[in-house]
Amino acid sequence: MSQPHTEPDSFAFDAESEGRIPGILARYPEGRQASAVLPLLYLAQRQMGRATGSAWVPRVAMDVIAERLSMPAMRVYEVATFYLMFNTRPIGRFHLQVCGTTPCMLRGSDDVLRACKDAGGLKGYGDTSADGLFTLTEVECLGACVNAPILQVDDDYYEDLDYERTVALIETLKRGERPAPGSSIGRQAAAPEGGPIVLTGAED
Amino acid sequence: MALSDKDRIFTNLYGTQPWNLEAARRRGDWDGTREMLARGRDALIEDVKASGLRGRGGAGFPTGMKWSFMPKQSDGRPSYLVVNADESEPGTCKDRDIIRHDPHKLIEGCLVAGFAMGACAGYIYIRGEYYNESVVLEAAVAEAYEAGLLGKNACGSGYDFDLYVHRGAGAYICGEETALIESLEGKKGMPRLKPPFPAAVGLYGCPTTVNNVETIAVVPTILRRGASWFTGFGRERNAGTKVFCISGHVNKPCNVEAEMSIPLRELIERYAGGVRGGCDNLLAVIPGGSSVPLLPKRICDDVLMDFDALREHRSGLGTAGVIVMDKSTDVVRAIARLAHFYKHESCGQCTPCREGTGWMKRVMDRMVRGEAEIEEIDVLEQVTRQVEGHTICALGDAAAWPIQGLIRHFRPEMERRILERKGQAMPLAAE
Repeated sequence: MSQPHTEPDSFAFDAESEGRIPGILARYPEGRQASAVLPLLYLAQRQMGRATGSAWVPRVAMDVIAERLSMPAMRVYEVATFYLMFNTRPIGRFHLQVCGTTPCMLRGSDDVLRACKDAGGLKGYGDTSADGLFTLTEVECLGACVNAPILQVDDDYYEDLDYERTVALIETLKRGERPAPGSSIGRQAAAPEGGPIVLTGAED
Repeated sequence: MALSDKDRIFTNLYGTQPWNLEAARRRGDWDGTREMLARGRDALIEDVKASGLRGRGGAGFPTGMKWSFMPKQSDGRPSYLVVNADESEPGTCKDRDIIRHDPHKLIEGCLVAGFAMGACAGYIYIRGEYYNESVVLEAAVAEAYEAGLLGKNACGSGYDFDLYVHRGAGAYICGEETALIESLEGKKGMPRLKPPFPAAVGLYGCPTTVNNVETIAVVPTILRRGASWFTGFGRERNAGTKVFCISGHVNKPCNVEAEMSIPLRELIERYAGGVRGGCDNLLAVIPGGSSVPLLPKRICDDVLMDFDALREHRSGLGTAGVIVMDKSTDVVRAIARLAHFYKHESCGQCTPCREGTGWMKRVMDRMVRGEAEIEEIDVLEQVTRQVEGHTICALGDAAAWPIQGLIRHFRPEMERRILERKGQAMPLAAE
């Protein structure tokens, strides 16, 4: 699945990222700036998404972070590869993350996966579509189980999906639109379908 | 009698009202917080003890007692409160709704808990996937600072308390408290040996208490309404109300706050529209998130949803993530998928877990297809016993228990698959 990729020669935080770094560092006590390694990796990944359309963390960015936080580079590599949410190779414009854990499986995550493959032109997990639009990843429990099955697209959860609604979502993404996240059948968050039966204000 | 709305703590669980400070105040949050703190640390801890509150993150440890382990006098080191919002236990999605719809309950709880344990600051460690939720939480924290509820002289109490939001990055293991602390320090999320416990040596080597989101968020309401109000719900030692997450094969999956010790059957029928296809169509339920053993229908028919009742049936309340499976379920596959989950999420530090979770997953995958010998069921069971209790943290146990539950209650189904496959294979072999 994994094709060779080209690592950029250099990386520098842009003005938008730099603007956020002091606020991040201020959260941690003096001498404990290594705590900022996850936030800075996120900043780098988001900046790459802005700059190149592919949200990933090249190794030179890890080196920049190591220097900024006075950490050995190896410690940053370790962290970047331990946590699933950092992409250490380029990905597609949209990151399709299918939850396949049991609560989603029971509600039809197999169909969501099939829809992603069919509509996104993807062979399977780990694949990036030929047009560079989509990368497909299997993720473990996303923590939205009562709205299963879930597809996470970049930062957003799309919930209560089935095959057809997943295909429709992917077609919308192809047109460059991003539908509002949340339930695809109009549920109020984690309330039961049809509307809350408690906390309705009926007791007031 | 069913819990009435006036006794629900999370009155904006479904997000029908705004999450902001103004709306939160209308719901009763931040009411008399300064007077509450004026009662002093010991009085608050005594009240939380008297309420019988047990941790809502899975282990069910008494909250007041946990707080009392924190040093009364500083030896020069600061103390920290860390809130575990790394909600990742399959079947569990309650903290997400507290954070995105009622963040001020959590923030007020952080101030009160932090004060009671003498913490100078709190960190809320939220799972990385909850990006949109973290945006709401950070905005709510900023509102609280703006209103003088956090920071120097928080809430006019004369007490200084800072609160920060820290995002994880996709690792279930960081829900384990010492792995969470490692992660917060900027390292891989690998659990630490205990002792020393975090109350002695935690974040940055300082005294630390790690509590779940729901545990912290219910505290202000308990203190306002009184311990005896809280103990009025649920059986003895199982006090209070609880947010249940009902997923899987029910007609209307949902989150709902109900009283502890509610019968499982009533929980499903009253709030989640019943089992798909009717109650006779029930096969099994995982009552407390993926780590606890499943229960077959005959136990589900009358079991109560609390710590002690579920333990009597060799399962557990865990996070109260109720995963319902009807008779269409491939129950071996459902548990095999959990085996895959634990293999994926093992941090790899301890050999029994690193090797055992992979081994158990591979055998479970064969069991799904019946590609095994009958005796291998016993070997599988023995291997789960060799993983259980032989690792630094409870992930090894959590990987073992679902398989043990499957073998305990569904061994005939596992055997049937093996025999059926052999039956099909034999004529072929004779050809």
